Amino acid sequence: MSVILDIRLKRANKVYHEAEVLAGVVVITSKEAVQHQGISLTMEGLVNLQLSSKSVGVFEAFYNSVKPIQLINSNIEVAKPGKVPGGKTEIPFEFPLQVKGNKVLYETYHGVFVNIQYTLRCDMRRPLLAKDLSKTCEFIHVLQPQKSKVQPSPVDFTISPETLQNVKERNSLPKFLVRGHLDATNCVITQPLTGELVVESSEVAIKSIELQLVRVETCGCAEGYARDATEIQNIQIAEGDVCHGLPIPIYMVFPRLFTCPTLETTNFNVEFEMNVVIVLHDDHLITENFPLKLCRV
Amino acid sequence: MRGSRDTKPGKHARVRKYGAELQRCQLEATPVEQGDYHPLKPIIVTDSRSRRGGRKGSTSSSSSSSSSVAMDPLSSMMEGTDPLSLFAAASASEVPTLSHSSSSVELGRKQRENEDEVGADFEPWSAKRGEILSRFTTTEKLSINLFMGSEKNKASSPSSAVSEKVRTRLEELDDLEEGSQRELLNLSQQDYVKRIEELNQSLKEAWASDQKVKALKIVIQCSKLLSDTSVIQFYPSKFVLITDILDTFGRLVYERIWSMCSDPRPQPDSFSVEDVNDTAKETCLNWFFKIASIRELIPRLYVEAAILKCNRFLNKTGIQETLPRLTAMIRGIGDPLVAVYARAYLCRVGMEVAPHLKDSLNKNFFDLLASFRQIHSDTVQNQLVIQRVEIPVYLTLYSPAIHWILQCVAYRAPDVLLTEMMERCKKLGNNALLLNSVMWAFRPEFVAARATDFIGMIKDCDEAGFPKHLLFGSLGRSLACADPAESERLPILNEAWKVITKVRSPQDYINCAEIWVEFTCRHFTKREVNTVLADIIKHMTPDRAFEDAYPQLQSVMKKILTYFHNFSVLFSMEKFLPFMDMFQKDSVRVEVCKSIMEVFIKHQQEPTRDPVILNALLHVCKTMHDSVNALTVEDEKRSLALLINGFIRMVSFGRDFEQQLSFCVEARATFCNLETVIIQLIHTVNQLAMETKRVMGGNHSRKTAAFVRACAAYSFITIPSLTSIFSRLHLYLLSGQVALANQCLSQADAFLKAAVSILPEVPRTISVEGKQRSSEAFLLDFINSFLSTLLVVPDHPEQGVLYLVRGLLNMVQDYTWEDNSDAKVRVYISALPLLAAMSQENYLYTIPKVDSNETLYGGDPKFVAEISRLCETLIGQVLDHLKTLGREEGVRRQGSIAFALFSVLLAHGDLRNNKLNQLAVNLWNLSHKNGYCETRTSVRTLEHIKQQAQQPELSHLSDMLLRLSLQSRA
Repeated sequence: MSVILDIRLKRANKVYHEAEVLAGVVVITSKEAVQHQGISLTMEGLVNLQLSSKSVGVFEAFYNSVKPIQLINSNIEVAKPGKVPGGKTEIPFEFPLQVKGNKVLYETYHGVFVNIQYTLRCDMRRPLLAKDLSKTCEFIHVLQPQKSKVQPSPVDFTISPETLQNVKERNSLPKFLVRGHLDATNCVITQPLTGELVVESSEVAIKSIELQLVRVETCGCAEGYARDATEIQNIQIAEGDVCHGLPIPIYMVFPRLFTCPTLETTNFNVEFEMNVVIVLHDDHLITENFPLKLCRV
Repeated sequence: MRGSRDTKPGKHARVRKYGAELQRCQLEATPVEQGDYHPLKPIIVTDSRSRRGGRKGSTSSSSSSSSSVAMDPLSSMMEGTDPLSLFAAASASEVPTLSHSSSSVELGRKQRENEDEVGADFEPWSAKRGEILSRFTTTEKLSINLFMGSEKNKASSPSSAVSEKVRTRLEELDDLEEGSQRELLNLSQQDYVKRIEELNQSLKEAWASDQKVKALKIVIQCSKLLSDTSVIQFYPSKFVLITDILDTFGRLVYERIWSMCSDPRPQPDSFSVEDVNDTAKETCLNWFFKIASIRELIPRLYVEAAILKCNRFLNKTGIQETLPRLTAMIRGIGDPLVAVYARAYLCRVGMEVAPHLKDSLNKNFFDLLASFRQIHSDTVQNQLVIQRVEIPVYLTLYSPAIHWILQCVAYRAPDVLLTEMMERCKKLGNNALLLNSVMWAFRPEFVAARATDFIGMIKDCDEAGFPKHLLFGSLGRSLACADPAESERLPILNEAWKVITKVRSPQDYINCAEIWVEFTCRHFTKREVNTVLADIIKHMTPDRAFEDAYPQLQSVMKKILTYFHNFSVLFSMEKFLPFMDMFQKDSVRVEVCKSIMEVFIKHQQEPTRDPVILNALLHVCKTMHDSVNALTVEDEKRSLALLINGFIRMVSFGRDFEQQLSFCVEARATFCNLETVIIQLIHTVNQLAMETKRVMGGNHSRKTAAFVRACAAYSFITIPSLTSIFSRLHLYLLSGQVALANQCLSQADAFLKAAVSILPEVPRTISVEGKQRSSEAFLLDFINSFLSTLLVVPDHPEQGVLYLVRGLLNMVQDYTWEDNSDAKVRVYISALPLLAAMSQENYLYTIPKVDSNETLYGGDPKFVAEISRLCETLIGQVLDHLKTLGREEGVRRQGSIAFALFSVLLAHGDLRNNKLNQLAVNLWNLSHKNGYCETRTSVRTLEHIKQQAQQPELSHLSDMLLRLSLQSRA
């Protein structure tokens, strides 16, 4: 006698804004009638912070993980105690995504040290001798687009041996000159990052040019704060010894879930950066860093 | 048998008055009134409706102004316009004057749409596919390197730790076959192709089993192979193979998303974004996000291009925005070969999905030009040195891709654009590779109009790199389809040939020359073509180079034959026959001869006696004939014979009959192995004899008489060499008839005697179309027609009366007929009408100037008596046979033979003779005895008799009629 509990949201993409209503059905599939003591739905929004082992000790990282911050937690009853007939039963529900008090709902974000996640959980309590059933389903919260216009703040850049920092032996570097520009560093998260890059000259053949999207997560805790940069994705825009003088497009789509509008709160920050990485044929690695500010318009 | 055996029919055939009978039988000729109505007269529907109304079809509700002269029901259904003419009107009206049309906007749109569509004149990729695969091959070892799920090691290389979470996420994405990094080394080309095909298969399987991620991984790994340029000669083929997989993938994704659109499904081709539901959109979006995060450039590019069409599910402008972006993305590919093929793929997908977006096609081309110098970069050169590939070979690898790009760009492009393209190519210092593709891909008319410019440009190209003969080959190909200005033609040919003739390698030379022959033949006279042929011979003869170039040489021959139909001109070309001599391999030679003869038969309108043609063609035919040997199949022989016969029929020396005969003699000697040709020759000679007779008006002079005898002699000695017995029989008969017509009595006698004498040789079965059939029917046919000839053949003075008839009947008697066959009796029955006809005072037909037996014997009673005796014997034989049939199971046959004999007696016998009359009645009864007689035939026979009886001389028939009764089956 197996009972299958499922939640189906109406929206295919499961994306909701604040104050919107999550509509869907709870589906109970069973061969026989099911006795239960109530079915309820719980909506929960949590920020999970984890300390990186780099900034604190390994053990501390393991034990001392910061307490999760609850953003929202509400509960509704879907069905009173009773019996669900055999077969497939669909119970429709509507659940407003509404925060109590003056708490702020952040956007869904899946990171390494910071995770913002929203879930909808359905619980079916059952009488003695039968296990309670539960089903969880994640939904995505996205901020209401801001009305304000963002300044695109374009950036021009030039990369040559002279512009590099952190170089030990500047003389051993081959000569090269790469110019380019980004159309914006204040990026709209739904729009791709765009720009252009021209290899003006290079003594050594170029092996590859890549765009590296990096997240910078900062967690505040008792001992101060920890700041870590990790890669989200790496997109190759040039392979091999590209034609000199010909502009190569910079184009990168921001991945969903792994990016969110740049976030600064009292407890944690989530920021993003982009590196232009040029790999030369002799395996020299040249990186130019651009901080980005993401927003949703 | 009711005693009919004892009946002795004293006589005779009834007396016939053929003239009167004919007149009686003739139908009355009534003049046909040429009225208005005739069932076969076409219905003329005159449609005077305005064209525009017709085009709009159903929407035009205005009262129709159509006035049909004869309204036919079909067209009246369609408001006077039938659908076909409706289309015709529509297409006709689309060309002219837009401004006058009230619906010009609509029309304009329609026109534009038409322009945007890819028409049938666009050579599709599938046509190129095979060519590329067969052209770019390698014997080197290849390797496939597939990383399935080992991506993470690479991804983490540049900076620091990828978090655990992302790592697991990536693993989820990438790992279906954990650690299945496969590297297949040392694959031969066939193995490689097989592996790729396996991948294609596993892609489909993965898709079918809902492993979408695995499918995506396969596609990514495959497209990654395209960044590998080791074994560079094979790259174009590799491209073809892998883009096949990409096409499959693109199709699968598109179909899946389309199937997610809930019912009612939108039209597959014309749906708008609004028709697509959220689930489908979300899935589609997911694909794009997934693909956007592919790390490497080349797979990301190819996979996104593969599913370009899916943009239609998301928004209207998707494709329009994506194409330029992808185009720009290709700039990031460093290797020029990889880049150019990526462009070709993008153009291909673009043409398929959105042919109206020409801009990105153009942009592709301009980007290609901009990055063209990459080809000569150090990186490439180093690579070529390592792979030991020479520059010209390397450059040809580009051709398919550049051809394709240019073809897309040039497709229905305005001349202005093409001119601009050409200018841009020029700026790059007349790069030969580009120039070649330009000539390939642009409209032939465009190229032809600027042929002189092109020649100049070709000359300016530097010799190193792309071989010039290929350039001239391309130019020639364009000029073969479109004509340059009249005045430029000769200079063009001179310039081109100057270069071509300097090509050293015979293979390269002939490839190029073959193309230019077309141009030469098309525009110039035999003098120039002769020069060209001379040049070809000069190049191809040393070291027997022609042996490796038969296909090209054949093509040269074909082109010459296409343009030169006048064979006297053709053969008067000095170098034509020497050129033919280059075809020394037998099979090719025969092939060439056949093509010459085919053209000759098709285009030679009038018979010829031109000695040049005759000699040459006789030589050609002899070549064909000599190729026949014991192993030649029947069909081949037949087709050769057909061609030779066609030639023989076209030979005529006019009134010089003797020469014609001697030609036939020569031909007989030449074509002795082909029986069909020999038969044709005999027919020709017979025809010659008859022609002579016609010219002489029937009165042969001594000379012509000798000539026709010579003709007869020709036939007489030729016929025995045939193996087919029926051919021999028929030819003997025919020649006998001809001889008779020409008053050669002894010759005719000899022919007929010969025919009779070989009758016993006729086998019981002959093979007809490969099956064994009984020869009986054929033999009966022959004998019947032989009998009818015998009527006019006069008896030989030294032989007995009716010598030939008796001879024939004796042969029939002795012939071993099939068991259980009535054939012999049937012959006897059919001999009766002949005998009846012979006993008439005036014969049914005679041959002018030949005295038949009627004159020879003049109705001598002894002669008549002889005939009667013969009749009696024959009838006796038939009756005997009937008797044997009665005893056996053959009652049905008995009835049928009895009826046949009855019919003959009725038609030819004198039924006033009581015995004969009685016999006839008995036969009638016999035939009806067993009820196997067809009642319809019997009834009609009775009616016929009734009709006959109305004539005074046949009144006795009415008495007989009373005795004939239709017996019931009971």
